[in-house]
Amino acid sequence: MPWTKILIEKQEPDFDEHAGRDARKLTVPEALKETLDQALGMDKQVFVMGQGVDDPSGMFGMTLGLQKKFGSERVFDTPLSENALTGIGVGAAITGTRPVYLHNRPDFLLLAMDQIVNHASKYSYMFAGEARVPLVMIAVIGRGWGSAAQHSQSLHGLFMHVPGLRLVMPSTAYDAKGLLTASIADGNPVIFIEHRWLFKHRSHVPEELYAIPLGKGIVRRKGKDVTIVGISYMVIEALRAAEELQEEGCSAEVIDPRTLKPLDEKIILESVKKTGRLVIADTDWKTCGAASEIASMVAQKGFKYLKSAVKIVAWPDVPVPGSYVLEESFYPGKDDIINKVKELVKK
Amino acid sequence: MTSLSKKELQAMYAVILRIRLVELKIEELYPQDEMKTPIHLCIGQEAVPAGVCANLTKDDYVFSNHRGHGHYIAKGGDLKAMISELFCRETGCSKGRGGSMHLIDTSVGFMGSSSIVGGSIPIATGAALSSILRKDKRVSVVFFGDAASEEGVLFESMNFAALKKLPVVYVCENNFYSVCSHQSARQANSDISSRPRAFDIPSCRIDGSDVMEVYDASKKAVDNARSGRGPSFLECRAYRWRGHAGAGDPQKDYYRKQDEWGEWMAKDPLKNFEDALIKNKTLTALEIKAIRETIDKDISGAFEFAERSPLPKKEELEKYLFG
Repeated sequence: MPWTKILIEKQEPDFDEHAGRDARKLTVPEALKETLDQALGMDKQVFVMGQGVDDPSGMFGMTLGLQKKFGSERVFDTPLSENALTGIGVGAAITGTRPVYLHNRPDFLLLAMDQIVNHASKYSYMFAGEARVPLVMIAVIGRGWGSAAQHSQSLHGLFMHVPGLRLVMPSTAYDAKGLLTASIADGNPVIFIEHRWLFKHRSHVPEELYAIPLGKGIVRRKGKDVTIVGISYMVIEALRAAEELQEEGCSAEVIDPRTLKPLDEKIILESVKKTGRLVIADTDWKTCGAASEIASMVAQKGFKYLKSAVKIVAWPDVPVPGSYVLEESFYPGKDDIINKVKELVKK
Repeated sequence: MTSLSKKELQAMYAVILRIRLVELKIEELYPQDEMKTPIHLCIGQEAVPAGVCANLTKDDYVFSNHRGHGHYIAKGGDLKAMISELFCRETGCSKGRGGSMHLIDTSVGFMGSSSIVGGSIPIATGAALSSILRKDKRVSVVFFGDAASEEGVLFESMNFAALKKLPVVYVCENNFYSVCSHQSARQANSDISSRPRAFDIPSCRIDGSDVMEVYDASKKAVDNARSGRGPSFLECRAYRWRGHAGAGDPQKDYYRKQDEWGEWMAKDPLKNFEDALIKNKTLTALEIKAIRETIDKDISGAFEFAERSPLPKKEELEKYLFG
């Protein structure tokens, strides 16, 4: 769609922590496709399903050509029966396979909440490890072009609430590959949430299959005056904010937790210990959300490091609006982060 | 009486008797409050798991629901581990993390039970998909009640199973009651077996108190599944003799239809099968006595084992959250 091209290219972030000039660069969907390709090639127990995985566009490119290469038994389109198909993933997973179930949007995961929350997340615990559920569920957050209330939700706060789930939210192509590998390999149910606005982002992606451990965040930019934790796409906004703040003499450290469950508490606490100030930027509602949870964690475990109150940049408590005028006032961005930082620093 | 050998018929009888005697023992001891978990007795419905599981190998998969004691026993689940689970012990099949509604014994293909109505249906369907992908010829069977036929996930699952010709057998145990609500208060069309036909899934309605009828119908269904002809559906009508949960049925007079009780009591799956086996000389009074003694010994052994087993350690609360 042309709009995404324009918007995303405009917002292409100018950073790449791994790169030499000649390093191979991939977009996020290219990196995910390569990971699925390699996982399917490496392990016969891996299969890929989802509504539209064999579409000409290959779900934003994430599954392009995979059915042709691996056959319709291992890469297949699904009926629009999200709850049953999630349960089918659970049943296949506990009997020795490693399913990857792709969804266009997290909004559709709501139709599968019984199987995700009542079954997938609890199978290991309620049967004391007698069965395990290596099931990866991928969904891509939408934004803009009037996608509106039912095609733009993130919902990761809901999943973060539930014990027994892994929750992964990569922000670069490098991480997308490494974290998807780790997710498929993990042996537990994983909610893997991508963001549509990251899909034109390119970063260095090594060709070989590699994994980034779940629960290990990364410092995207070093700083000493304030810590900004960015989740998913908000990492990009946080980096832009940090650049502008630097011009005004404020040094911001940007942390990308990469996975929310498990959460790398240590990397956040160590940063706050150094800076004494914390802003958390999320692509979700604030109430009972990931940002509030991180704020709560820091208040409980790092209160003594804080020089001022924790600030949160997140969605207002209303559904995502359709009109682009309302979208502009709905979505927070770098300027909101900058304003919050200034509130903290001037004190 | 069919192609089954004397030994096979006796074995099927022993399964019905074992389920009945285990359930009666649980019911007898339940008021002592040592089994601190809800119980959902399947007395009156024993012939369904006994008849179905007689067609399965140890490697085949069975999935179950909250009323799962009979399914677990019929698939060959370890009795000591089941009773220990009811006693909330570390030696329980789910190490005291599950309770009576979450039984599992993967060593005999009993893959777990869900207490969300209909919850196991797609999971069993997924195990059947796994069987195709892994080419291991296992059949997957899921037991569920009449109320699960009201859940959308059954229809989603049947559609997928029919689409992919999965080796799954859907066994609906219609005992007519969901807690205290009669089927007629919940379903516009009481013929549950008509639903799967919308997906071209072979389906039949049988008397679930007649183990031979269950055996014959499920044999066909299991054969179909194993030979690549896809899913089947059985509606087995079998009366729930007890209340929804707990011992006895104290509210019986307030919710049951008065005229049905006598009819179903005459269809006792244990007594009728026993009478038939005696009549055709497959079973003698002496053999019954021997079978009963073995089962009684197993039951008392299981209860003694459970009572002297250790409880889970409090400090292991978080163990097993991830596999």
